[in-house]
Amino acid sequence: MAKKTLNIVESAYRAVMEEQDDTILWLLAAMQGAGAEHTAVLRGNAVNYAVAGQGAPGLTIGGWQQTQAPRMDNDVIDLIQKRKIPVLVIEEDLAARGIERGELVPGVELISAKMLPKRMAEYDIVSHW
Amino acid sequence: MSQKTFAVALMDPPYESENLTTAFRILGAMAQRGHNIKVFAYEGASALAFARQAPHPNPVHGKNAAEENHPTTKDQVVALLALAEKSGGMVDWVNCGMCVDERGVGDFVAGRRGSPADFHTFCEASDNVLTISTK
Repeated sequence: MAKKTLNIVESAYRAVMEEQDDTILWLLAAMQGAGAEHTAVLRGNAVNYAVAGQGAPGLTIGGWQQTQAPRMDNDVIDLIQKRKIPVLVIEEDLAARGIERGELVPGVELISAKMLPKRMAEYDIVSHW
Repeated sequence: MSQKTFAVALMDPPYESENLTTAFRILGAMAQRGHNIKVFAYEGASALAFARQAPHPNPVHGKNAAEENHPTTKDQVVALLALAEKSGGMVDWVNCGMCVDERGVGDFVAGRRGSPADFHTFCEASDNVLTISTK
């Protein structure tokens, strides 16, 4: 049985245009496919990954065009629905940014920062990204 | 609009931050308007034009290499030079030679090997200077 890992993702939108995804969410998805058992916590600016309907136009330079620009909300949905990776979002960080619960993709779980230490105790490994 | 000359210093390596995407959007706008651009690719940015960058499939996305169409910064550099030429401007892309040596990325698709002295020359010869540094 795989060790349970809680992944707190705080660094956000770092190279997502060039990578066409978030490197940590991608890593968790790939590791889950290899048998890992992950949970993701979005905190800080990363809570915005769970906001539905976001997106950026692909980069275009003259005749060169990016055709697969990232959609972070879809990647969060993919984690939850396809990878079966629970995604938690820190309530206080949403509130600090004026993001309402109704703006988030379905399936995310809200958690208070105050409850996070207790949640950590349920895991074998805690990684802060 | 009169043609201007801009010196631009880049410092971030590919695939590590959003700075380069922002930089390429600005550089593309400069090139589109026919301005001359003098780029000093310093530190990690000296790998932007590295010829052996390769797009890859993405199994997590469920896409093969063609479907993923993964961006490479070397293609963006080539596209920038082509756009500038088409629009009547010119790009002088200089890769910091010592930075290139440190990283083993001396095989570039475009640009030339240079030194901080080139950036000094660029600054002296430009109407304005934009520095996008690593933070």
